[in-house]
Amino acid sequence: MTISENEQQRVIDWALRENACTPEALLPVLHAIQDALQYIPELAFDALAHALNLSRADIFGVISFYSDFRLQPPGRHLLRLCRAEACQAMGGRSLEAEVRRRLQIEFHATTDDGHVTLEPVYCLGACACAPALTLDGSLHGRVDLARLSVLLDQLEIPR
Amino acid sequence: MRSIDELDWGTPAVSDATLVTLEIDGFSVSVPAGTSVMRAAAVAGISVPKLCATDSLEPFGSCRLCLVQIEGKLGFPASCTTSATSGMRVTTQNARLAGLRRNVMELYISDHPLDCLTCPANGHCELQDMAGAVGLREVRYGFEGANHLAVVKDESNPYFSFDPSKCIVCSRCVRACDEVQGTFALTIAGRGFDAHVSAGNDQSFLASDCVSCGACVQACPTATLIEKSIIEQGQPDASIVTTCAYCGVGCSFRAEIKGAEVVRMVPNSDGHANHGHSCVKGRFAFGYATHPDRIRTPMVRDSIQEPWREVPWDEAITFAAKRLQKIQAQHGRGAIGGITSSRCTNEETYLVQKLVRAAFHNNNVDTCARVCHSPTGYGLKQTLGESAGTQAFDSVMHANVIMIIGANPTDAHPVFASQIIQRLRSGARLIVIDPRRTDLVRMPHVAADFHLKLRPGTNVALINAIAHVVVSENLIDHAFIAERCESGTFEKWRDFVIEPQHAPEQSENITGVPAAQVRAAARLYASGGNAAIYYGLGVTEHSQGSTMVMGIANLALSTGNLGRQGVGVNPLRGQNNVQGSCDMGAFPHELPGYRHVSDGATRASFEAAWGVTLDDEPGLRIPNMLEAALDGSFRGLYIQGEDIAQSDPDTEHVTAALEAMECIIVQDLFLNETAKFAHVFFPGSSFLEKDGTFTNTERRISRVRRVMQPLGGKADWEVTLMLAKALGYPMEYRHPAEIMDEIARLTPTFSGVSYSRLDEQGSIQWPCNVRAPDGTQTLHEQTFTRGLGRFVVTPYVPSHERTNDKYPLILTTGRILSQYNVGAQTRRTRNIAWYAEDLLEIHSHDAETRGVIDGDWVGVKSRAGETVLRARISDSVQPGVVYTTFHFPESGANVITTEHSDWATNCPEYKVTAVQIVKVTQPSAWQQRHSRLDRTQKKLLNEREPLRS
Repeated sequence: MTISENEQQRVIDWALRENACTPEALLPVLHAIQDALQYIPELAFDALAHALNLSRADIFGVISFYSDFRLQPPGRHLLRLCRAEACQAMGGRSLEAEVRRRLQIEFHATTDDGHVTLEPVYCLGACACAPALTLDGSLHGRVDLARLSVLLDQLEIPR
Repeated sequence: MRSIDELDWGTPAVSDATLVTLEIDGFSVSVPAGTSVMRAAAVAGISVPKLCATDSLEPFGSCRLCLVQIEGKLGFPASCTTSATSGMRVTTQNARLAGLRRNVMELYISDHPLDCLTCPANGHCELQDMAGAVGLREVRYGFEGANHLAVVKDESNPYFSFDPSKCIVCSRCVRACDEVQGTFALTIAGRGFDAHVSAGNDQSFLASDCVSCGACVQACPTATLIEKSIIEQGQPDASIVTTCAYCGVGCSFRAEIKGAEVVRMVPNSDGHANHGHSCVKGRFAFGYATHPDRIRTPMVRDSIQEPWREVPWDEAITFAAKRLQKIQAQHGRGAIGGITSSRCTNEETYLVQKLVRAAFHNNNVDTCARVCHSPTGYGLKQTLGESAGTQAFDSVMHANVIMIIGANPTDAHPVFASQIIQRLRSGARLIVIDPRRTDLVRMPHVAADFHLKLRPGTNVALINAIAHVVVSENLIDHAFIAERCESGTFEKWRDFVIEPQHAPEQSENITGVPAAQVRAAARLYASGGNAAIYYGLGVTEHSQGSTMVMGIANLALSTGNLGRQGVGVNPLRGQNNVQGSCDMGAFPHELPGYRHVSDGATRASFEAAWGVTLDDEPGLRIPNMLEAALDGSFRGLYIQGEDIAQSDPDTEHVTAALEAMECIIVQDLFLNETAKFAHVFFPGSSFLEKDGTFTNTERRISRVRRVMQPLGGKADWEVTLMLAKALGYPMEYRHPAEIMDEIARLTPTFSGVSYSRLDEQGSIQWPCNVRAPDGTQTLHEQTFTRGLGRFVVTPYVPSHERTNDKYPLILTTGRILSQYNVGAQTRRTRNIAWYAEDLLEIHSHDAETRGVIDGDWVGVKSRAGETVLRARISDSVQPGVVYTTFHFPESGANVITTEHSDWATNCPEYKVTAVQIVKVTQPSAWQQRHSRLDRTQKKLLNEREPLRS
């Protein structure tokens, strides 16, 4: 999914308008942009630096500190697989292997056709329902290989 | 890498009058309260292992190597972040601490290349030192695990390399960029194992916001950030303290050398002007000193159409002397003169004016201060009584309000700009008065409270409006005025500025600055606490330059912002020794110490010392010399280290005058633009090749020390001596120290200055005499130099240079960080990586109506001439105003500037030229002529007849 520079700029301007233009507003502004665009475009660096009185380095330091901020657009679907202790103990590793085999990508990557992005997550707070994942924001608990297969089939991922 | 000859105390010094006494490893030590345990230990001669601490940065506590044990405290606190307290008992070494430190070092070294022997930092690497200090013998983790050893180097910066494989992520570089320089170009990106130093958002250093000040390179404890010169040449083995020869900040440096070769320049942490900081010019751009373009043998020629002939020194001197004598015999003694340089030392400037006065027997001596800060000399003398800035740089740390007028410190005075930024970040308020949005108006973590974006040429109208607010809203300091100022001139001034036409609402039409902004800024200046004014050439280089300087002084007087720390009126001098060249009497009307030539007593003292009779009439100023050359009455000129054909306004007028003269003697490092019209060329010597002193913008006299032999065989002062002797006026000095002794004998403000005092104190701010034996930090503390402060009425007179249909835009000029003035030096360094040509900044609105897009060639035409530059669309300039720099001769920025000048001092009106901009496809007629002249003169140089050996 490509978003035109005009659209990016429009969202950035909106996010800055919605927040006070002080250095402290960086996180809310980043959230607003990523919520709207699914990622932080390159255009945002200069605009935010100027508006919030920060440097590009300041902004990058914050973005890169939080693993959920993204500098590239994700695929159309976002699959986040929990790799924390409880999920690993309950068979999460076999899910990892299966997901990587089906998608033919590693963590932090997007399929070549831009269809799915795979990200690890370290605890979804759903340990009682381990192993867990989220697909496009919806939580799925007690996932086994069969349920995973159904989810991936829904995304039309080849077996 | 820190200077090879400097101790690191670990954390910054604390100035607190209360002392605390503690015991470290059984030794008792007293330090100011608030000092870290680490620094206290260093004071006691005990070095605590450390990696992330260095005394130029606030403690950080991340490396965990400086852990100590403190009696009564649990655990192992970091000594860098723990303050010393009375009665504390500290242990810095025991088996437990040694074990902890070794463990930490093992982790560091498990992800660090083991190539010490071939590493450029070998022998001066803090990581290596710490491995030794903690007795690291093995790394139990092995070296096979995940590591960063294969990360590629960033070689984009011309002067230093960034090798992340050697990085220990101590953050010293990031903190240096933030705390010392204030650019915030670096960050630690990522987390945990991925954490790494990043310039911008993983940009190359060159592409990032990095200004290449070198603070990070100095702070780096390993070879991660290191000078390419060290990689290429190996480590220096000695250092000599000297003073930078670029801008008026006058930073103290250690020239680190290997034999006769300068390996690097490192800012001196004991430097009183710079406190261990530097900019890209002083730190890195010294390669010009050994550039192949340097001319190393004297040359002469009968006419400028002939090739040069290399001759021995004595022959060149005789040739010059004979020609000068012949001119005087035929056209009178006033037919020759000299120009001193603000780039040369005090001693050299003093000698040139002495040569002119005692051997030429006239007062035809002037200096390039004519074209920059002569209005400062005049204006501050008239009002306060002393032709100099009132404060030391450190005073800014006590300012609550900083007002910057017509100055761009981040580009032109970068090291002082960093100090301003530090102060602003700790809470001072900022008012910027400038037609252009300079970096200080808004940059990371700094924003001006007010930017009064006035139309060029309307300074005086604006300062009167500010004064109007101060008076009409009764924000004046009545007690200060009653005690320290002339009541008569104050009342006259008060009655003048209160006139309704000076109200901001009225002057808004002239200045373009909204009245509400003027009122608010005036209130802030007058009532915000200590208010300090810093100004630059945007004040002086106007037809009302002197008026504006006096307007500034009036404002400071009326609000009592003079005579103590944190306030004042401070010109930011453009060149390393502008203050000094003015102090040394390099003016046609003044003898050293700003004493008029008509003053009989002063003249008598010099006549007695010099054994000559001195002319009591002022001589010719540079513009007068040029006029007189064109009418045939002025025919010979000795120019030491100045390039008037590029730097002075209305280039075609200057070159016509040069062409009209019979004998032009140029003493310079390079065959500069002026030397293309010269008959005699004396090879000059760079600041690395001679002894002397420079006086910076805070009146600070600092030593320049010889680091290498003069490439042409003679230091500049020696050349002037030879010329004087050949003219029949021998001067005897064995060393510049003796010249300074003479200056001190004859100049009351310098009477306490000597090289031995300078060696003891490091630097001295004049006045330095019986009343102020250690020099003077702040002027006018008890009374003004002239007694009572004097107000001067400052009516606004519009510039003659006005826009109309034919010339609808105003051109104003300035400098850029990486280049310096005429660029003779910086153009011959790798600084061209940042700026390789002068560009014309134009607002998108003005560009659009002319069909100009970014990168287009545009003709810039004024009433004086025309040149062609490449356009850069920028919203830093306001609509109606265009801006360029003047660092490259082929740009011809001064072909377009006009003959208008300051009414009092003839300082040219560089900052206001009405122009038209049109899109063009080829260089201007002047540029084509200039390029032909350049080719011809380079050919005449290349075909020069070599010296017969």
